[in-house]
Amino acid sequence: MKRKQHRPFNPIRLKNQILNVVKNPFNMIVAISLVVLFCLIVIPLLQMIATTFTVAKSELRRIRGAEVGDFTLYYWKYILTSGMAGATLWGPLKNSLVVGFFTVLVSVPLGSVLGWLIVRTDIPGKKLLGMLVVIPYMVPSWCKALSWLAVFRNATSGSLGFLAGLGIPIPDWLAYGPVAIVLCMSLHYYAFSYINVSSALRSINSELEEMGEICGANKLQILKSITIPLVLPSVLSSIIMTLSKSIGTYGVAANLGNRIGYFTLATKMKTFINGSPQAVGYAMSLVLIALAALIIFSNQKVVGVRKSYATIGGKGGRSTEMKLGKAKTPLMIFLVVFLFFAMVAPMFVLVMETFQITTGNGYGLNNLTLYNWIGTVDEAQRYINYPGIFRNPEFTRAIYNTVRLTFIGSILTALCGQFLGYISTRGRGKWYGSATEQLVFIPYLMSGVAFSAMYVAMFNRPRLGGLIPSLYGTFGLIVLTSVVKHFPFASRSGTSNMMQISTELEEAADINGANFWQRMAKIVLPLAKNGFISGFMLTFISIAKELDLIIIMMDKRTQTMSYLAFTYSQEGYNQMADAISVCVLLFILVCYIIANKFGADIGKAW
Amino acid sequence: MSKIVLSHIDKFYGDNHVLRDINLTIEDGDFMTLLGPSGCGKTTTLRVVSGLERPQNGVMTIDGEEMINADLAYFAEPSKRGLNLVFQSYALWPHMTVRNNIAFGLKIQKLPRAEVEKRVADSLRMMRIEEYIDRYPNELSGGQQQRVAIARAVASNPKLLLLDEPLSNLDARLRVDMRSELQRIHRELGTTVIYVTHDQVEALTMSTKIALFKAGEISQVATPMDLYMNPIDLEAADFIGNPRINFLEGAGHMDGAKLHVSCELAEYEFDRSDMTEQEIPESGDFPVVVAIRPEQIHLTTEKSTDGIPVKVYANQPAGSETLVSLQGAGGTDFLAKEIGLAQYDIDQTVYAHIAPEKINIYDAKSTRLIKRTR
Ligand SMILES: Nc1ncnc2c1ncn2[C@@H]1O[C@H](COP(=O)(O)OP(=O)(O)O)[C@@H](O)[C@H]1O
Ligand SMILES: [Mg+2]
Repeated sequence: MKRKQHRPFNPIRLKNQILNVVKNPFNMIVAISLVVLFCLIVIPLLQMIATTFTVAKSELRRIRGAEVGDFTLYYWKYILTSGMAGATLWGPLKNSLVVGFFTVLVSVPLGSVLGWLIVRTDIPGKKLLGMLVVIPYMVPSWCKALSWLAVFRNATSGSLGFLAGLGIPIPDWLAYGPVAIVLCMSLHYYAFSYINVSSALRSINSELEEMGEICGANKLQILKSITIPLVLPSVLSSIIMTLSKSIGTYGVAANLGNRIGYFTLATKMKTFINGSPQAVGYAMSLVLIALAALIIFSNQKVVGVRKSYATIGGKGGRSTEMKLGKAKTPLMIFLVVFLFFAMVAPMFVLVMETFQITTGNGYGLNNLTLYNWIGTVDEAQRYINYPGIFRNPEFTRAIYNTVRLTFIGSILTALCGQFLGYISTRGRGKWYGSATEQLVFIPYLMSGVAFSAMYVAMFNRPRLGGLIPSLYGTFGLIVLTSVVKHFPFASRSGTSNMMQISTELEEAADINGANFWQRMAKIVLPLAKNGFISGFMLTFISIAKELDLIIIMMDKRTQTMSYLAFTYSQEGYNQMADAISVCVLLFILVCYIIANKFGADIGKAW
Repeated sequence: MSKIVLSHIDKFYGDNHVLRDINLTIEDGDFMTLLGPSGCGKTTTLRVVSGLERPQNGVMTIDGEEMINADLAYFAEPSKRGLNLVFQSYALWPHMTVRNNIAFGLKIQKLPRAEVEKRVADSLRMMRIEEYIDRYPNELSGGQQQRVAIARAVASNPKLLLLDEPLSNLDARLRVDMRSELQRIHRELGTTVIYVTHDQVEALTMSTKIALFKAGEISQVATPMDLYMNPIDLEAADFIGNPRINFLEGAGHMDGAKLHVSCELAEYEFDRSDMTEQEIPESGDFPVVVAIRPEQIHLTTEKSTDGIPVKVYANQPAGSETLVSLQGAGGTDFLAKEIGLAQYDIDQTVYAHIAPEKINIYDAKSTRLIKRTR
């Protein structure tokens, strides 16, 4: 018996087949969302690829005999083989890889050790420590760059930082460039490893370790031959995540590198996209995407098969703590010192700098002012164009834009996420389920700058014969970019949420006569509510932090607080930039506290 | 009240042929049990009947009305089939109280409020769980959830009630209680019931008819009594009955109107009238399997003419019954069951009496039943 039997043509069957598809709203929804995903993800990508092979107006003079719109290899030759290739692609690419490599080298061991200490040992104050350790991740990475500058700035960029102000000579290689970038990013991305490793450790039954003890292994041997191999898969995937993230990060690299002409792929790319030739920037972002895809897929090849045993031992395993004994005090000191230098000190310097008249000039009363917060222009003691941020209409607008963007963006993202999650769980094992999953995963491969470059390339002129107007510079485009970029995370949280709603609950309603919309309204939505709220809060925080993603599209009208702080810092108004980042920090912290109230798990926030 | 006819139903998951040419008629008022080991397609059949799955081939009618016609790609909506289903997991909506769980479907049907209230109260009373009306499902025990799930299913007055292993999540004692409860409901409501289980005791005690499933096919449809007495093939015989039926190898040959069978214990001769339609060689010896239920073997300690001498190998008294392991002269092991306590010594010789009309004979080659019991 064959699955597909040949049946002679029958008009009634055809009618019924069509009715079966059309009458089921789920099919329609799947169709619509696949089309929308295709338009929002695949077409922009293809469009960007096409742009890199098409002559643009600005290059007419440089490409002999070409017309606008002709096919050309000019841009790819420009970055790959021309005399400019070294400065455009290979140099920044090397820098990106170096920065990424060293960030992994610092942050992964750091995060893993912290995870082990807090989950598996009898270190005191675990609960508090566990909370403090993830706070640096809440601080946007570009804020860290600003704190770094507040501490290490030297005469090269005009005003002095905290240390230089104390008379300690700070060399350029420490204040700016790769060392600074690596350390700042490490203090951010160690959270990946911490969260991955600690959750892997939690899922390992401590009886496995105790068995080792019974067999006569000492603590070091147990660690080496039982614990570490079991968490290795999660360490590997932390390496991959850290690597692909840090290669694409813009904010840190720009704040700490641009001043001394140290460019990574992400920062160099932006100078092209904002300037010319734009297509070179797009070509570079394709290189970035390819790099991330390569890293992630090779990870899936290596880890994918073996990852499964990360949860061996299952849930409910008792967890006995390892006695640290004599090592307890030094390790505790290490933790406190780490938290002090990673969090307390830079934050203190950052906050204090907002009250200083001259940075790096100490905290004497004669150097303190509230000007940066509430001053007016005529009070200015130095040449400053701007009033204090609370009197600055630009800042007010930035607050408004930030709140507007985060609210609208995260509500839309969370809704779409639940929706996509619904489609991929209900379509599990069917072609449309996997198609949705694959499409939604694509934005994950792109760093923020590369992704927004793609959207700019797509929407900087009317499309579909004017059906979609040019969105360049509009708030709508910024929202759209934020929403689509957060699809991978949002749909993953939607999927795990929907997985908990058994299909049988829906089928029971189906049998009781509820149609698709009634099932949605009465069964799925009420049950998805909690997951929705926590998904919403996490996206909210993530969008509030975002700088890289939207920096290419911002202008004075649409700028958010992050962007404003970034511009001020680039213009040398360090205190104001600091003041704004303090506001951003407070905003995020408040959101985080609220999110925690709703049971949102920050460990899932990327 | 309804008669369900399934004909030539085929269901595939991908290339996996899960239901193979299912033909089944369920008469109005039947308590039809789908019985079979796990993974043989019982749930899938139930889901096809309910409309949650669409088969690739076949036709199904309920009371003569076509509900499935795969040839025409016609599938009636589940809610239009006049049935209700109790899921194995119960599928109670966790965010609704017991009241709202039961009222949900009634409200969707836009019944008047008073009618809804009445039906909720009635079905709760029927399941004897009135006091839990305002609880949430997670505030109920497994057995209570089970009752709510059934109450929800019967509240809509279905013509056909489908139950998927409803007792499998309950402990042994509750299971026995719920068995009689379900029988009572079936009698009170008079609905047709399709009941899925892998537990033969449930099937034998509750059903009016049993459909025995084997790897996606129905191997036998019969009353519980007939299924127990005359399983259609060796596999069915092995599956039905606890303790298991005894199989003894033997040889048979047809001698005109008689079937001669000889095995280690004895030689038998059976009338043509006791035989099934199953084709067997008309001449020459052919291998057969003699199947005897343990309770059909009666043991005596005194020697008699029709008693077969056997040796006691082990003796397992269990209060209400005693299982005795025996060894024939040729060394074959078999089991006898006696009601009440019996005491035999190990290696004691006893005499087994087996009535020929209580013996099943199977063709060893086709494994099919060739001689029925009476
Ligand atoms: N949704 C599904 N997709 C693929 N295969 C399935 C699905 N549901 C059931 N099957 C397969 O169909 C067969 C019969 O399953 P089922 O009807 O659930 O068996 P039973 O209820 O008798 O235990 C099994 O082999 C099972 O693996
Ligand atoms: Mg089943």
